[in-house]
Amino acid sequence: MGVPWRAVLWRAVGGLIVLWAAATATFFAIRAVPGDPAQAVLGGPGSQAGPEALAQVRAEYGFDQPLWMQYLRTLGRLASGELGTSYSLHRPVAAVIGEQLGGTLLLAVLALLVAWVLALAWLLATTRTRGPWNTLGSGVELVAAALPEFWLAAVLIVVFSSTLHWLPGLSDNTAGGLALPVLALAIPLAGFLAQTMRGSMMDSLTAPYSLSARARGERSTGLRLRHSIRHAAAPGIALSGWAFGYLIGGSVVIETIFARPGLGRTLYNAVTIRDVPLVTGIVLVSAAAYVLVTVLAEIVGGLVDPRPGRAAA
Amino acid sequence: MSGASTGGASTGGASMSGAVLRARELSVTFRGHRRPAVRELSLELSPGRCLALVGESGSGKSVTARALLGLSEPGARVRAAELSLNGRDLRGLSEREWARLRGARIGLAVQDALSSLDPVRPIGREIGDALRLHRRELAQGGGEATRAASATGRRELAASLLARLGVDEPQTRLRQRAGQLSGGQRQRALIASAVAARPDFLIADEPTSAVDAIVQRQLIELLGELVAGGVGLLLISHDLGLVSALADEVLVLRHGELVETGPAEQLLSAPRHPYTRELLDASLPVRPRPSRAAPDEPTVLEAQDLRVHFGPPPPRGRQALDGVGLRLRRGETLGVMGASGSGKSTLLRALLGVQRLDGGSVTLDGRPWSALAPRLQRRQRRRLSYVPQDGLGSMDPRWNVEQIVADALPRGLSRHARLRRVDELLETVELSPALAARRAAELSGGQRQRVAIARALAGAPEALLCDEATSALDASVQASVLRTLERIQGESGLAMIVVSHDLGVLARLSDRIAVMTEGRIVEEGPAAQILQEPSHPYTRSLVAASRRSAGGRAWRQPTL
Amino acid sequence: MTNLALLASRPAERPRRRLDPVALLACAFLVFLLLCALAPGLVSGRDPLAIAPAEAFSPPSPAHWFGTDESGRDIFSRLVWGARDSLLIGVSATAIGVGLGLVLGVLAALAGKIADVVTSRAIEVLLAFPGLMLALFLIALYGPGVGTAILSVGLSTAPGYARIIRTRLRTVASSGYAETARILGHHPLRVLLRTILPNAIAPILGIATLGIGQAIVWAAALSYLGLGVKPPAPEWGAMLAAARTYITSAWWMTLFPGLFIVLTVLATTLAPRLLARWGARA
Repeated sequence: MGVPWRAVLWRAVGGLIVLWAAATATFFAIRAVPGDPAQAVLGGPGSQAGPEALAQVRAEYGFDQPLWMQYLRTLGRLASGELGTSYSLHRPVAAVIGEQLGGTLLLAVLALLVAWVLALAWLLATTRTRGPWNTLGSGVELVAAALPEFWLAAVLIVVFSSTLHWLPGLSDNTAGGLALPVLALAIPLAGFLAQTMRGSMMDSLTAPYSLSARARGERSTGLRLRHSIRHAAAPGIALSGWAFGYLIGGSVVIETIFARPGLGRTLYNAVTIRDVPLVTGIVLVSAAAYVLVTVLAEIVGGLVDPRPGRAAA
Repeated sequence: MSGASTGGASTGGASMSGAVLRARELSVTFRGHRRPAVRELSLELSPGRCLALVGESGSGKSVTARALLGLSEPGARVRAAELSLNGRDLRGLSEREWARLRGARIGLAVQDALSSLDPVRPIGREIGDALRLHRRELAQGGGEATRAASATGRRELAASLLARLGVDEPQTRLRQRAGQLSGGQRQRALIASAVAARPDFLIADEPTSAVDAIVQRQLIELLGELVAGGVGLLLISHDLGLVSALADEVLVLRHGELVETGPAEQLLSAPRHPYTRELLDASLPVRPRPSRAAPDEPTVLEAQDLRVHFGPPPPRGRQALDGVGLRLRRGETLGVMGASGSGKSTLLRALLGVQRLDGGSVTLDGRPWSALAPRLQRRQRRRLSYVPQDGLGSMDPRWNVEQIVADALPRGLSRHARLRRVDELLETVELSPALAARRAAELSGGQRQRVAIARALAGAPEALLCDEATSALDASVQASVLRTLERIQGESGLAMIVVSHDLGVLARLSDRIAVMTEGRIVEEGPAAQILQEPSHPYTRSLVAASRRSAGGRAWRQPTL
Repeated sequence: MTNLALLASRPAERPRRRLDPVALLACAFLVFLLLCALAPGLVSGRDPLAIAPAEAFSPPSPAHWFGTDESGRDIFSRLVWGARDSLLIGVSATAIGVGLGLVLGVLAALAGKIADVVTSRAIEVLLAFPGLMLALFLIALYGPGVGTAILSVGLSTAPGYARIIRTRLRTVASSGYAETARILGHHPLRVLLRTILPNAIAPILGIATLGIGQAIVWAAALSYLGLGVKPPAPEWGAMLAAARTYITSAWWMTLFPGLFIVLTVLATTLAPRLLARWGARA
């Protein structure tokens, strides 16, 4: 069977529906704010927007037109990739996002990879059929998953940068500069992934097929690498879409702390000024990224566990 | 009983004479348990002979098997005066040394291939692993086994092994996963992975428990051939028919202790220990009961041309019931024989009225039943009651026995009357009323099934439908629950439908038997006729398979 | 801010035989937090808002267990008094989340196939917004503040609960005992109220406890970004924000608030395991 293309297609269609629903939700949310929607777009009652700015926004968003026309307009614009204009940066939102996306994606992808490596390595090392290693391993995972990234980042900076001087304080795109921000994101995620997969790993180690494998002469390492990993990974892969979302959300804090350019920091700045078009655009783009990763996860899941009817993500 | 070697060179490469797997006073104790799971068991296995370990669940058979391979659960303490393979002391071996023995000297095939083979890997890899892990040793053995050194060679070896074990299209099968093979092919693949590296000994733990009677016969032949070819087989089973067909010698275990041992034929025909006799009794003979003929009684339940399909209509969907009809008369017990997948559970649910029908109808006491509006039907559901296979799953985990049984009583009874009725029902199924305060999870399997029966009788039904009501129970418990059912049957004259895949169960309870397969009833008639002179080919093969004779060795009733 | 509530959908591990000391400690910590929230004066006599510039930036000492911050305020007492804010936000947000999750979950599981498809899509949409993103979006629209923080955290956690509830309801509704109830001819409403709902909702209390810890972290994150509770309120996240400038010079300003947050999350994660075992025995 392998990759369940039908399921992938379903997911893709579902993803499109999700995007549509997200766009609709943001559409109504903007118009649900009490008061003048044009004012809300420009930053709320305290923004002191001038009358021309207000008029421009009204024209762009079509606030004086009937609701259904506005809706269709919005959908049409979104479909063509037109995300509006950031009034605080005076540039099209799409352009801003395009520039800043790279930095955040780099961080997110690296963090996801590092998190998986850490989680799998930790599981392979500490999962035993009984004994204190399990409790220890599980405990470390829980603590790791409970760490808030913003706090972890601060602690990492203090330890590795200020005290030990191993890594630079400023973050650039070199390995050294990326290490701390990636770790700050990856460690809690690794703890979470490992906790999720620990149960299925244990089930796999005590399953009848593991007994058969050992009865053939398979030893501990071979058993884990050849059998348990695939069974353990399934729930982790299913959570990947969510994990990616978490990483993008975490980038807001991490990029701010480490003063890195990226979507997260842009979003934070936009929120403080209440630049609604920019915020909306970023939020929609991250929803799209979530959908994309979910579809990819379905594909990878099919490769890891080709049985039909395995637990869906 | 000494290690006589036999001829047969078809497993070439295995050393023939002098190989012995011996255990003396083997004891296994689990942490936190006072009593050992296995106590001072001694056995000796030689190539070309079959030794059987017999006992019910909890007797320590599987624990012994694992201990012989050093695969006891973590936390188990294994002690023995001697545990040796060809004179080499196995006690205190390191994991690495054990790994070199397992698969190459002793093989293990456990029960159900669906769970004993990694479900996400092609079976070719499972078999290939055995060859790969021991390729150096195989190469030393010479002959075609040297091909195990390369991946291609291993694939060829695996294919030829599968072919020899009777699997068709071996090359294609190698690439398939266990779930894609049929039951018989899976079990063969499992056995293949256990013997691929040419071990002298094979431990087979309940090798036929997950397959139907026909495949069972084939597996018995296969194992017999392996033994004839020089493998020493340790057969672990609770199925005495299987044991009688294969074993040279039998050890009977009970609660971890050896109760009786001796040559198979002697032990099975003239057992000396009372427990052995009890076990033999519990293996139900496939003899029909004396019929309680009453052919002119009114019809209680009648079904005509029932059709049910799941999902889209066939051919894409699955046709569960394909035009099934039957008739149940008052006071009569109809047995429905069906293997898993035959549609028997769907049939019962259709009769009960909880299964949507795509065609056909059911009448109760001559009046429409399936055609009733759901609201009306609900009120009358008590007229038909149901005993499920999984008692535990059918009971609300928060409720105690009294609540479970009282739930089925008609509405409008005073609390006092309800309690009294519950006590009466518990007594009918031979349970002490003191159990009423316990929860389902706190009961044993047999007690739970009795509670399920009590619940089914609570509404004073016109007919009782039993779906594999005793299949999940141990042999002796099953016998005892069946005795209770028989008694109730006799005392109350209740009409019953008993569904089972076990002809022995049906023989004991049924007046008439209907044989079901693939959603259709292929034969129906008086029990005696079906069991002794079946006409449909499917029925005939089922009856033949259950007659428990193979290789010329007929199973005889114990003389008491 | 990983969503440990998603972990709750894992089947429970094998229960340990003896009393679990870790879960006991977790419960003890939660009781301590509750005390801090209800009677902070009892736990710490000091005024959390009292400024003492002379004692600013004092490291931990017998006089100030956790040191002082940039205005000389005692950090320990600020943490204790901050528990009220954090717990308030956590509990309210969780209440919204569980409430909404229940509605969605019940709709999806019990109202028929179409309702299931539609509601599951709605759940997916909510899930597509990473927790912080949704909060930021709402804040951009409505302005920062405690109310927006509570609402957005509640909305972000709702889909997680909805999924758990939906799965649980479906498992119970298709279980053997629910089927038995139907076979016995009980009215569907009776089956729902007496059999399905009681069995399905049992684990919710534990999951909600876990969720409170999560909500507290997210609220702290918002305050850390300056978008939630405003200073000089002793909210833990706000305290961490103030400590940012002094990361290297006054490490205790960063360490202890963060430690409190981590301990709270751990406690709310582990305490349900004890609850589950008590529930099983009852």
